[in-house]
Amino acid sequence: MELAAETGFKKSVTVIQPRKGLFQLDLGSVWHHREMLYFLVWRDVIVRYKQTVIGAAWVVVQPTITMIIFTLIFGNMAKIPSDGIPYPVFAFSALLPWSYFSQALARSSSSVVNSTNLVTKIYFPRLLIPLAASVAPVVDLFFSFIVLLALMAWFKIAPTWGLLALPLFLGLAIMTALAVGLWASALNVRYRDVGSIIPFLIQVWMYASPVAYPVSMVPEKWRLLYSLNPMVAVIEGFRWAFLGKGSPDLMMMAVSSAAVVVLLFGGIIYFKKMERSFADVI
Amino acid sequence: MSTIAIRAENISKEYTIATAKQRYETLSMHLAESLKSVFSRNGRRHKSAEIYRALNDVSFEINQGEVVGIIGQNGAGKSTLLKILSRITEPTRGRAEICGRVGSLLEVGTGFHQELTGRENIYLNGAIIGMKKEQIRSRFDEIVEFAEIGKFLDVPVKRYSSGMYVRLGFAVAAYLEPEILLVDEVLAVGDAAFQKKCLEKIISGAKGGQTVLFISHSMIAVNSLCKRVIWVKNGEIVEDGKSADVVRRYLTASVKDKDLSEEVWDNAGEAPGNDMVRLRRVSVRHQDGRLLDAMSEPLTMQTPFKVEVEYWNLVPDGQLHITLHLYNAEQIIAFTTANLNARPKPAGLIRSVCYFPGDLLNSGSHRFVVMVVKDTSSVIYSHESRVSFDIFDIRERQGTWYGKEPGVVQPVLKWTEEYLGSSLEFDSLSANSDFRSKGDL
Repeated sequence: MELAAETGFKKSVTVIQPRKGLFQLDLGSVWHHREMLYFLVWRDVIVRYKQTVIGAAWVVVQPTITMIIFTLIFGNMAKIPSDGIPYPVFAFSALLPWSYFSQALARSSSSVVNSTNLVTKIYFPRLLIPLAASVAPVVDLFFSFIVLLALMAWFKIAPTWGLLALPLFLGLAIMTALAVGLWASALNVRYRDVGSIIPFLIQVWMYASPVAYPVSMVPEKWRLLYSLNPMVAVIEGFRWAFLGKGSPDLMMMAVSSAAVVVLLFGGIIYFKKMERSFADVI
Repeated sequence: MSTIAIRAENISKEYTIATAKQRYETLSMHLAESLKSVFSRNGRRHKSAEIYRALNDVSFEINQGEVVGIIGQNGAGKSTLLKILSRITEPTRGRAEICGRVGSLLEVGTGFHQELTGRENIYLNGAIIGMKKEQIRSRFDEIVEFAEIGKFLDVPVKRYSSGMYVRLGFAVAAYLEPEILLVDEVLAVGDAAFQKKCLEKIISGAKGGQTVLFISHSMIAVNSLCKRVIWVKNGEIVEDGKSADVVRRYLTASVKDKDLSEEVWDNAGEAPGNDMVRLRRVSVRHQDGRLLDAMSEPLTMQTPFKVEVEYWNLVPDGQLHITLHLYNAEQIIAFTTANLNARPKPAGLIRSVCYFPGDLLNSGSHRFVVMVVKDTSSVIYSHESRVSFDIFDIRERQGTWYGKEPGVVQPVLKWTEEYLGSSLEFDSLSANSDFRSKGDL
C-alpha cells in the first residue's frame, strides 16, 4: 500500500512532525489562508460598529477630543511650536496615525488570547490573528481622515501631492503595529502580565513620539537614536504627506524603517516559535 | 489496491505538568524561577520529572474511504490524537502523513461571534473551518435549509437557542466536504432528530469516498457507522480491528465493579427475612445456568437470561411465591412479575426461577426488589437486592436513530401491513363525521 500521492492522484500530502528549525516561517500558508484573513478583519470591523448608537462617530470623537486637549494644553498654555502649522492641524495629523497605532497594538497584543476557541479547535496559520487585529483599525483611520480634511479646509490648508505617498507611511504604521503586536500577543499567551503592560507602554510611547511636539524640538545629536522609534517616521511621514511642510529627514526615515524591519522579522520568528505550544498553554 | 489516507508513526505527545501550571504564572515568577534554577543545580531535574504522556507511541494506517471510530474512556488520549492529526498541536515525537484535504470538526460553531447574525456567521465560520467564499455562497441555501433556522437567519446568534446554535454550526461544517474528515464527539449535542440527520450526512460523505475518523461514546453509532474501530486507553492503542469485536471487548472491560451477579447467605439465621421466610440466594444467570459473568460475556438486549431466587420456607405447607419488581437506572419500575403457579410446599429450601427472554428490556443498568408473597396477596418480606446487571445495546442499525430508544422495555412485536387498493371510497368515509373531525386535525 502506498500513499495516494505516490500512485498518481494529485493530492496534497501533509506531514505532521515536531518542528525544529527557527526559520521555518511557512509564510506561504498565510497567503493560502488569505480569505480567512479577510473574514477575520471583516468580523472585527462589523462587530465594532454593531449595537453602538453613533457607530463610526466614536472613532472620530476620541482623537478629536484629544486634539482639543492638546491644543489647549500644549498649544495655548505650554506654547509648544508647531513648525508654523496651526496647532490643531499639527496635532490631528499626528493623532491620526497614532490612534490607529494604539488601537492596533492594543487589539493585536490581546488577539491570540482572545481567540482561545479558535486556537484550540481549528488549524490555521496563527499569524493571521495578530495580522487581522493590526489591519482592522485601518477602517477607523479613514473616518478620522475625513475629519482632518475638514479641519484643513477650515484652516485653509491645501492638500499637496505628498498625499500620494500616504499609503507608504500607512504601510509602515501597520508593520510597526504588527511587529510589536506579534511579540506582545505571543508573550501574552504565556504571561498575562502583557495585558497590563501594553496600555502603559502605549502611554509612554506616545510621549516618545512627535505627536504633541515637532521633531525639531529634539536636540540634533539625539535625533538618530530618537528615530529608532518607528513611529517617528510614521508621524513625520503623515505630517509631510498632508501638510507638505519641508521634507522628512531621509536618514531618520531609514533608521526608523530599519528598526521596523528588524522588529517585524524578529517578531515573526518569535511568534512562529511560540505558536507551536499555543494550543497547549493558552 | 487501496491507498492510504492517514499514516501515523509512533506518535507521542507529552505535557510537562509544570507547563500546565505556568498558565497562571506571571512573568516575575518565571524570572524568579529562572534565577533560582541558575543557582540550584537540581532545579531542572525536578521539573522534568513531572511529565504526563497523553499519547504514547501510537501508530496506525487508515485507508482512503474508510470510516474509523475511536473509542475509549475520557482522558484516554482520543482528542489529543485528533488535535495532532488536525495540526492544532504538535506531537512531541513521531510523525504522521495525511494525504488529502483535511477538515476537522472538534467543536460545532467554532469562531461564531455572538453579535453577528446567522447569515454572517455562516460566512465567518465557513472561512474559519477552511471553505472558500465561493463554496459557501454556492451552498448557502442548502446550509440554511439543513440548519432549520429559517426566519432567524438575520438575527444575531446570541439570541439563538442552544439547539439552533448547534444546528447552524453543524450545517456549515457538513458542507465543508473535505477528503478527510476528523470529527470529535460533536454529535452528542443537539436533539435526537438532528443527530440522526448529522450522522446520515457523515455516512453519505463516506460513501462518496471520504475518509472519516470519528470519536464517539455511542457504541451504537460506532458499531453502525464503522467497520473498523480503534480503542485507545492511557494514550496507547489497546485494539484496532473489526467494530463488533472491539466494541464488545471494550464494553466488557468497562463493566464496572459495582455490578454484582449474586447475593448468597449461607447462614439462615443471618439471612434477610423473618420467621416465615429467609432468603438464601439471589442471582442473575446465563440461560445455561452459569452465573452471569459480564466481564467475559455481557448481556445484550437480545440475550435471554434468568433470575434465580432461593429461599427457606419456614411455614409448613405455606403458599409462598416470589414477585420481582424490576427497576431501571432511572428508578422506574420496568414491570413486575410473579410466579402465579406456586403451589403450597412443605418447609425447606425452595428455588424459584424467572426466565427473561431476549428482545424485552431496554439497554442500561437494572436491579430488582425481591418480594415474598403469602397466599397470593400479602407481602411478607421485601428485599432490595444488591444484584445489578447492565444490558448493552450493540445492534447494528441502518441509517436510523443511533441513540438510546426511550422507554423501559424494547420488545420485538409482530407487525403486519396490507395494501388496501388504490382508491379509497372517501365519500363514504367522510359521511362519518367523527372520522372527519379527526382528519381535519
